[in-house]
Amino acid sequence: MTFFQETSTQNRSDTVFKSITIIGAGIILLIMGALFVQLIISSGLSLKAFGFNFLITNVWDPIREQFGAASSIYGTLVSTFIAMLFAVPLSILIAFFLVELSHPGIAKWISTGIELLAAVPSIIYGMWGLFVFAPFMAEYIQPFLKSVFGNIGLFEGPPIGIGMLTAGIILAFMVLPFITAVVRDVFAMVPSVVKESAYGMGSTTWETAHKVTIRYGIQGIIGAAFLGLGRAIGETMAVTFVIGNAHRISASLFAPANSITATLANEFTEASEPLYLSTLIELGLVLFVVTFLIQVAAQLWLRRVKKSMGAQ
Amino acid sequence: MRKRPAKFRKMTNSLVSGLAVFSSLLGLFILGWILYTVLVRGIAAFSWEFFTELPAPPGMEGGGLANAMAGTLVLTLLATVIGVPIGLLGGIYLSEFGQHSKFAEWVRFFNNILMGTPSIIIGVFIYTLLVVPLGHFSAYSGAVALAVMMLPVVARTTEDMLQLVPNALREAALAMGTPRWKTTLNVIFRAAKTGLITGVLLSIARISGETAPLLFTALNSPYWFSNLSEPTANLTVTIFNYAMSPYADWQQMAWGASLLISVGVLSVTLFTRFVLLREKK
Repeated sequence: MTFFQETSTQNRSDTVFKSITIIGAGIILLIMGALFVQLIISSGLSLKAFGFNFLITNVWDPIREQFGAASSIYGTLVSTFIAMLFAVPLSILIAFFLVELSHPGIAKWISTGIELLAAVPSIIYGMWGLFVFAPFMAEYIQPFLKSVFGNIGLFEGPPIGIGMLTAGIILAFMVLPFITAVVRDVFAMVPSVVKESAYGMGSTTWETAHKVTIRYGIQGIIGAAFLGLGRAIGETMAVTFVIGNAHRISASLFAPANSITATLANEFTEASEPLYLSTLIELGLVLFVVTFLIQVAAQLWLRRVKKSMGAQ
Repeated sequence: MRKRPAKFRKMTNSLVSGLAVFSSLLGLFILGWILYTVLVRGIAAFSWEFFTELPAPPGMEGGGLANAMAGTLVLTLLATVIGVPIGLLGGIYLSEFGQHSKFAEWVRFFNNILMGTPSIIIGVFIYTLLVVPLGHFSAYSGAVALAVMMLPVVARTTEDMLQLVPNALREAALAMGTPRWKTTLNVIFRAAKTGLITGVLLSIARISGETAPLLFTALNSPYWFSNLSEPTANLTVTIFNYAMSPYADWQQMAWGASLLISVGVLSVTLFTRFVLLREKK
């Protein structure tokens, strides 16, 4: 009899425990839902005032309360594009070095170093970017680009260091460790039989990597690029420090520009008018929707890849 | 197939290998450059006053960031107290109860998405959720924002670490008539202790360097931390404000704060990597 009683109290305590853990898990879903609802409600004023045109008009006049997000969106897209342009090839090369070329002992140290790049807080990238890297760009890199390509188009205007190009390069170094980590794993997942058959045909190390390993793991590499993209697009502090904060769309990568995150960081606490504030929150909503879609795509994609490659 | 001379192929191979070595060194070089800069410029800002006094107006001698250091500690501590228990519970559910149920799959999916949501969005979200209804910036809204950032990391690592515990341990405990909650908290947690501590420490390292979620929630303040419902000084927002100011002495203070934050975050990261993870093996 006592035995049964004991079991029933145990069952009850376990039910309570399980319910509490479900609440913990449920809070995660709740936060996600509340995030969407709150951002949509709070950007209502702006949604009503500007509608769809908000995304494509380029005015930013807090005094007359006319807002269009085109310059911020453009800045986010271009700086992210520059970041990916540098980060993806660099990550593939680093992963190639770590997996195929380097002695495993050395590879361990180098990958620790690369991973530490991810641990450096973004505000530190901002400080370094503003006070060290931007002057370096202005002194050496930008004049060099000007002398090679001439004073036209992408490289027009005075080399002041801050601007789209600098922001993009710093972003590249920030997302580099995330992409490298995934690409390295993808490289390591390729069965050695496949590689050995390429070596057996007389391929060089790079030919094997380029024609066999990368082709075999291309889906994983695309997934990695998506993850990096999601990071880069929402990065705030580093970009805010170096992008220059000008609501302008200019062809030159040397000109001061803006991004969604930089606009938010700079203007949010100064916005006193309800419409101004609501506009900024709508900017946040735009960014959230974009990163959300990227994340969903990356997750579904990587899940599919894992299935097709056989989860290990 | 195109025919290419062996010489050309070998040259391509050496060229790409060279580029690969260069890329790896470039990554390390950037890391070194950043750390070196922060170290040299940060140490120049250190003084007795830096650690003990309130900020001084620009141009005035002395002054420090003691209030911001205290504020950052309070915010991080409070965020840990809120975020870690919920994250642990979520992780326990995913690993011990949910497993492959539909609900668990959804939680896992959105947990990953929450982890990748830009921190500034979390800041805006908490602003609309807590700051607007209450009418003022406050330490607890800052702490909640940081907790929301910790939560998914803790939940994910908890699940991963509990999954590593062999099922035989669970079965042994359950066979002795131990209830599941006791099995989880006394047996499985003990087996996964190092991993769980690692997860919590890494999530603390992650949030203690965050700026964006605090900009719209805890804001900043030139005074000592007094109570939870007021704007609270913290190191990262101070760095942002001071670095953007035109005053050289404020910028130097920002470097000092940068060094403190970097040392804190990197030493926790390295500690978990080299001490805790090695112990596990």
